[in-house]
Amino acid sequence: MLYEIRFHGRGGQGVVTAAELLVKAANVEGKWGQSIPFFGAERRGAPITASARFSDAKLSIHSQVYNPDLVVVLDKKILDFMNVTQGLKREGSILINSPSHFSVMKDSAYKTWLVNATKIAEELGLKMAGWTIVNTAMLGGVIRIFNWIRLSSLIEAIKSNWVGQVGELNAKAAERAFEEVQIA
Amino acid sequence: MKKITVISEPAEGVAGKTGSWRLKRPVIDNARCIRCLICWIYCPDDTISIKEDGSVSVDYDYCKGCGICAQECPVKAITMMEEE
Amino acid sequence: MLKVLSGNHSAAFGALLSRINFVAAYPITPQTQIIEKLAEFVDNGVLNAKYVRVESEHSAMAACVGASSVGARAFTASSSHGLIYMAEMAFWASASRLPIVMAISCRALGPPWNIGNEHTDILALRDSGWIQIFAESNQEVLDTVIQAYRIAEDERVLLPVMVGLDAFTLSHTSEPVELPNQETVDHFLPPRSDKPYLLSPENPFTFGNMSNPTEHMELRFMHHTALRDAKNVILEADKEWESLFGRSYGGLLDEFMCKDAEVVIVVIGASSGDAKEAAVVLRKEGIKAGVLRIRVIRPFPSEEVRNLLSRVKAVAVVDRDLSPGSGGILVSEVKSALYNLRCRPFVKGYIVGLGGRDVTVGDYLAIFRRTLKSYEEGDVQEDWFNLNLEVLEK
Repeated sequence: MLYEIRFHGRGGQGVVTAAELLVKAANVEGKWGQSIPFFGAERRGAPITASARFSDAKLSIHSQVYNPDLVVVLDKKILDFMNVTQGLKREGSILINSPSHFSVMKDSAYKTWLVNATKIAEELGLKMAGWTIVNTAMLGGVIRIFNWIRLSSLIEAIKSNWVGQVGELNAKAAERAFEEVQIA
Repeated sequence: MKKITVISEPAEGVAGKTGSWRLKRPVIDNARCIRCLICWIYCPDDTISIKEDGSVSVDYDYCKGCGICAQECPVKAITMMEEE
Repeated sequence: MLKVLSGNHSAAFGALLSRINFVAAYPITPQTQIIEKLAEFVDNGVLNAKYVRVESEHSAMAACVGASSVGARAFTASSSHGLIYMAEMAFWASASRLPIVMAISCRALGPPWNIGNEHTDILALRDSGWIQIFAESNQEVLDTVIQAYRIAEDERVLLPVMVGLDAFTLSHTSEPVELPNQETVDHFLPPRSDKPYLLSPENPFTFGNMSNPTEHMELRFMHHTALRDAKNVILEADKEWESLFGRSYGGLLDEFMCKDAEVVIVVIGASSGDAKEAAVVLRKEGIKAGVLRIRVIRPFPSEEVRNLLSRVKAVAVVDRDLSPGSGGILVSEVKSALYNLRCRPFVKGYIVGLGGRDVTVGDYLAIFRRTLKSYEEGDVQEDWFNLNLEVLEK
């Protein structure tokens, strides 16, 4: 089993943290994962990517992810100026943070999933430095699509990453997104 | 000119139109603005200018929405508005 | 218990488990997370160490020299320009025979500014008299930092050690890492002894004073011999580590399917994992491919490399570094090790991945195939892999 995910978001949105949290969730179950951020000269707000690679057994490869099975878009405005499906496997999927009526990419050949992570995060008051933080909600959606890591493992990883109220709220965001994610 | 090392010539937006990095946009209330141009001094991307009619404006092609202008404006004439 | 850690945090955990008692901290991308994590450990009270924020990398190594001279287990970390700025003090530390350990998140040098993965920085200091060990995984980073103190403080060695990890490819990549049990680590690495001497007001002396031509050469001979003989200590440390924790990195060399190999890629660092994957693919096609990862760059394992490669038909040495005007640094080391063989293998050098350009399994497949073809054609030309001609002609 080899499954690769590429996250698209903006610097400061928690994209790198999302990839790492998912690896931590896999690790809860003793499964192997690797989170690979991509760094350039990006600053807050600039479009960035991070990847994660999963396998039943330890992998020694360390190159970037070029042909993901799943692409996760934390900010749908990125779709206006970036080709997020580049290299995506033919049978791959896309998960976009968006209200259900979103119509862009409807003509795409890829299976597209939507979850309104911004609404979930706003309702739970997940804000940092003025930004609504959607990464944990998006991960709830990822768990549903990927279907290889249990939701409970993600919750455990989130709660050990942030203790107390922040952990509780982020866990709630993931749970809600897991329920609310749907095929476009 | 053949480049034997990296040279960066002065140009507008060498890194592309960085306005896409913005999550919030500064909106100037020109009725309240006193033309002190403190925003122009502080803007890290030199996106503030005075138009012919004397009003102060922001170049949204390059403004990254950092919000320093709104923070520094002494008369609170700049508001950060959600992008959409 | 496995913990998901970045390469940088693995280095910091290695230092924590080594019970270091001195950290000289100066930040530089991509190393900064190492000293940040150590600051957090000191602040939380998990690590009982003197944490000194210095004004430069040069001062960082000077502070480590001072701390190590009085018996502290000193640690620092650096990268790229920081390491080069530190160079003078790095030479001073090794010839003072001080068991300092330093993690290097290896990165390209400017101009132009580039924070990407490249090994030119650590290899530029290959003549600084330090032991240099390079890791393939985050687990190996953590384990090697602990092993490094054991090797450095061994009375047969008494030399500083650099532990190299690839910028971003390891430094910022997170993967599950087993945290060794502190009690077992303490058994493997007992507190530093006061042998052969420590600076102390009770027994006043200085070292590093003038030396005359009558003795300087002998001092260098002792330094050189200690560094060369450190091979045995490195092997012992690897063996004992394996017996305690079940993990071996091969000591000096990590050989992968080399036994019967016809074509072997010689490489340093994390991307060796991708080379191994390529070798597996080729084996399925019936091509006898192998990978030889040089784990220890100083002391260079010349005899071991010679023994392993003497049976091989074609060797590809992959350098993620450059000595401008000469070529790849590793290829010249490997060729020099092979020269005295009566029957030498074919060697072709490749320059890859400078400034953080990724090197993939597909790239290694191409390198294996190109090497076999070059062997048939007798083409020994240095190969700049995937050079973008459009950029050159612009």
